[in-house]
Amino acid sequence: MKLTLRVWRQRNAEEPGAMATYEVDGISADMSFLEMLDTLNEELTLAGDEPVAFDHDCREGICGACSLVINGDAHGPERTTTCQLHMRSFADGDTIDIEPWRASAFPVIKDLVVDRSSFDRIIQSGGYISAATGTAPDAHATPVPKPDADFAFEHAECIGCGACVAACPNGSAMLFTSAKVNHLNVLPQGAPERETRVLDMVAQMDDEGFGGCTLTGECATACPKGIPLPSIAAMNKEWLRATRKVRR
Amino acid sequence: MPDYTQYRTGEPVTDTKAPDGPVAERWDTRRFQAKLVNPANRRKHTVIVVGTGLAGGAAGATLAEQGYHVVQFCFQDSPRRAHSVAAQGGINAAKNYRNDGDSIHRLFYDTVKGGDFRARESNVHRLAQISVEIIDQCVAQGVPFAREYGGLLDNRSFGGVQVSRTFYARGQTGQQLLLGAYQALSRQIASGGVELHARTEMLDLIVVDGKARGIVARDLVTGKIDTYFADAVVLATGGYGNVFYLSTNAMNSNATAVWRAHRRGAYFANPCFTQIHPTCIPRTGDHQSKLTLMSESLRNDGRIWVPKAKGDDRPANKIPEDERDYYLERIYPAFGNLVPRDIASRAAKNVCDEGRGVGPGGQGVYLDFAEAIGRMGRKAVEAKYGNLFDMYQRITDEDPYTVPMRIYPAVHYTMGGLWVDYDLSTTVPGLFAIGEANFSDHGANRLGASALMQGLADGYFVLPSTINDYLARHPHTDTVDEAHPAVAEAVAETEDRINLLLSVDGDRTPDSFHREIGELMWEYCGMARTEDGLRKALARIPEIREEFWRRIKVPGTGEQFNQSLEKANRIVDYLELAELMCLDALHRAESCGGHFRAESQTPDGEAERRDEEFSYAAAWEFTATGGAPVLHKEDLVFEYVHPTQRSYA
Amino acid sequence: MTRTLWDSTVGKKTIMAVTGLVMLGYLVAHMVGNLKIFFGPGEFDGYAHWLRTMGEPVLHYEWALWIVRVGLVAAVVLHGVSAYQLSRRDIRARPAKYVHKKPRSSYATRTMRWGGIILALFIVWHILDLTTGTVHTSFEAGHPYQNVIDTFSTWYGNVIYIVAVLAMGLHVQHGFWSAAQTLGVGNATRDRVLKTLANLLAAALTVGFISVPVAVMTGVVS
Repeated sequence: MKLTLRVWRQRNAEEPGAMATYEVDGISADMSFLEMLDTLNEELTLAGDEPVAFDHDCREGICGACSLVINGDAHGPERTTTCQLHMRSFADGDTIDIEPWRASAFPVIKDLVVDRSSFDRIIQSGGYISAATGTAPDAHATPVPKPDADFAFEHAECIGCGACVAACPNGSAMLFTSAKVNHLNVLPQGAPERETRVLDMVAQMDDEGFGGCTLTGECATACPKGIPLPSIAAMNKEWLRATRKVRR
Repeated sequence: MPDYTQYRTGEPVTDTKAPDGPVAERWDTRRFQAKLVNPANRRKHTVIVVGTGLAGGAAGATLAEQGYHVVQFCFQDSPRRAHSVAAQGGINAAKNYRNDGDSIHRLFYDTVKGGDFRARESNVHRLAQISVEIIDQCVAQGVPFAREYGGLLDNRSFGGVQVSRTFYARGQTGQQLLLGAYQALSRQIASGGVELHARTEMLDLIVVDGKARGIVARDLVTGKIDTYFADAVVLATGGYGNVFYLSTNAMNSNATAVWRAHRRGAYFANPCFTQIHPTCIPRTGDHQSKLTLMSESLRNDGRIWVPKAKGDDRPANKIPEDERDYYLERIYPAFGNLVPRDIASRAAKNVCDEGRGVGPGGQGVYLDFAEAIGRMGRKAVEAKYGNLFDMYQRITDEDPYTVPMRIYPAVHYTMGGLWVDYDLSTTVPGLFAIGEANFSDHGANRLGASALMQGLADGYFVLPSTINDYLARHPHTDTVDEAHPAVAEAVAETEDRINLLLSVDGDRTPDSFHREIGELMWEYCGMARTEDGLRKALARIPEIREEFWRRIKVPGTGEQFNQSLEKANRIVDYLELAELMCLDALHRAESCGGHFRAESQTPDGEAERRDEEFSYAAAWEFTATGGAPVLHKEDLVFEYVHPTQRSYA
Repeated sequence: MTRTLWDSTVGKKTIMAVTGLVMLGYLVAHMVGNLKIFFGPGEFDGYAHWLRTMGEPVLHYEWALWIVRVGLVAAVVLHGVSAYQLSRRDIRARPAKYVHKKPRSSYATRTMRWGGIILALFIVWHILDLTTGTVHTSFEAGHPYQNVIDTFSTWYGNVIYIVAVLAMGLHVQHGFWSAAQTLGVGNATRDRVLKTLANLLAAALTVGFISVPVAVMTGVVS
């Protein structure tokens, strides 16, 4: 199939960017969206132009590197990562708009590549259980009820791609932050740091310049791993509980 | 320069660190013998860790917990994206929670045997011992392993073994374990114990006065080339499967760090030992950029078959039961669909070579869940494999609940890597290699769910113990001088290479070269290798290399974010590593594990090992680009698990 | 704790949720009081007088009413300031818009923001109209029944009021559910109940409030 691509091109963080239009031909429906971009990049390289920069790595939907807004949707029309989106979701002759994640906490590095280190700093502020190597008791010492283990897993599935922030009209990171808080706070192993974890992570999230949550639900709709919207309410509950318990 | 294949055999290489005595006591003995660094002095020692996967992440976190100053690197934008994240199936541990006869000794035995007797007993036993601690550690960190209704951990059995010792987190075990290590690392970054450089790629090793003292790295955002110094350097940079272009590795996984270390004096061991994974989604066309693995756990319930007749192109559902060949169950009745990976892959290749393959180009076999859905019900199958089925459907647009999956083998893991001793030290003092980057524990074939185990064992437990000994014995009081000739040389070489890549301005893209070398390797150094084919490849590789430096085109500059430059620079190293892999495959005229030499097979077509000639690890020493390397043999001694022809029939 | 609340986005949302619920409680009482207009001027004016004497003899005349007024003003100010600050922050967090626009993505947020502004303006109008009588053409203190009839006898009085009530309905519908999420009451199983409750509350308030101008316009109340 033949497509018209309108792609955000921006040389670096300082210079302004703009949409550029390209035509690609001979695209197979079995190609992934990124393989379609590979095709474009091969052509651009041979023509002596700089290929379009985009983050990608595992190309199997788990590393969370790929991050394109396609026709206004984070990761495109299907509920998956950009790398697992296939060209069969588009029709011959389509015009496709490709833009980077937009949020002030995710500044553009080049073209479609953004800096998501703010997510790392949120995790650094408390998204862990302090269990130094070698200090662990036997794995069966503390049974974890299956519903709790499943709840933890459901939230631990987050791949940190940032689609929630990209989709949110407020650039809010509440879904991302709540996924990690809920994963760790429901587990007995996470209990000792339960209060400080949620308070510190929310504070870091605010410091990074993410917006607040107005519960539009766009984040959960865009999430390729299906982190549910009530995850945010669960974190709010944890936060209020912690605010009552901890005197700072 | 002598012909590349005219390699010389040098002094044997020996592992001087593994203690003698009963195998079960060696790790304790070694830890007791090792010198320690006073906790108060650890802060003064800097350790560079390159890579943030399971091995690197775990090592960085643990070393910082011990009090060392860790400077860590990853080329990804975040440590959480290292390719360990993609491991699906699980992690082995000899917990014997199922009371099904498992033990440390059995895991040890299975791993040595599964590796086709080309691994070190001491290392493998240590791995089996540590496996139980890993599970404890991960649970304490909050890794949400699958649990049963009683709240205890669930286990399943995994390719090549008959006990249930695999712990898992749905089909995302690697992700969950990596996030555990990433979170531990994040905690250390926050406390200042680890200084992290993300989007920074190591491009060379700095060796001063015979010791590894630092690295040259490029900031991938600004393009700035910088030097970083330390008292020891740890490479946790993963495997080199991307030499094959199409593999299950991430697009950016690469061999540059290990290859540059090899060029600086670290021996490279068993480079030809690559694992071809039997259950990957077949390729669909020339545009294919990577292959996707379907967890081998699918083989627990799926049945593998092809039509009995050649060229039978009826849809799977139209082929009656008695015209199907469940070839693994037929040839290996005891293990059936659960035979080790190398055997399953080769069997798939054989039936496809016979013309009985299915799907486009006949490059595929069926993995059928009809029987499992009948037996367990669709709901149970969904609960167990739902996410894998979804992934398959997304990629192929076929519904595996109604149409059998199609699978084909693909390059997945490299057992070879930098040669290390029992302490995980390479032949360059102060340079350590952990995880897939080293060659240590899997011999010629890795068992399923063992890579995660080894990565975490190395990172959490082995390296943090053994590196103490090195640091205690080499108390560096000096700092490395930027102007030292060795530093200046490493920086200049790196800059020259980058400038050359940018200045050729030819007419071929980096990907076109990568694809070419990959296809050559898959053809001649893939699932079955012959002397003839390997010689062809060895003749062709220098030609491709020469063409590369004449025709490569890299747009843009070096002082910016430039993904073409990153790619091209990695291909430079593939073009050298590929040559060594072929030479290693050529010299090892036996079949063993993932390395199948067509000349060495039993009358019924099974791999034939030749222990009297090849019971050694081949450690190669670099001489010059395209120059014949020197072979150092490390003899393998088997005191506990006696080599037998592997039989899974 | 106060600082934690005020400095955090989650805390400010909590303040908005709590003040929102306070105002919601007031609206329910207000709406019930309004319905007394259907029972004639005696009952309606008597009720208005009682509002001033409630709490007696413990409290002095109008003290209770002033306590309520002060409480409400505090709620409105906290709610409004939080909303303003959060909105500023949200807009700063997404400075660049997507070229390819998706209108649906900000529907709820926009209705809340515009609805909030409309309601704030209406409250000012409403007080000037029926409490102080400043903008009322024929205001007579102590005769609320007649004042209400007069207000709803002008076209603009009806338009302003009905628009505001509709905005209030939408605001309550999303706001109530939203407050439940902010206060951590929401979860997957309770979601349907909360949404239904929000719809019922919004519908009851809208119908209750609008019934008065409709009754005046149709002559049911005169």
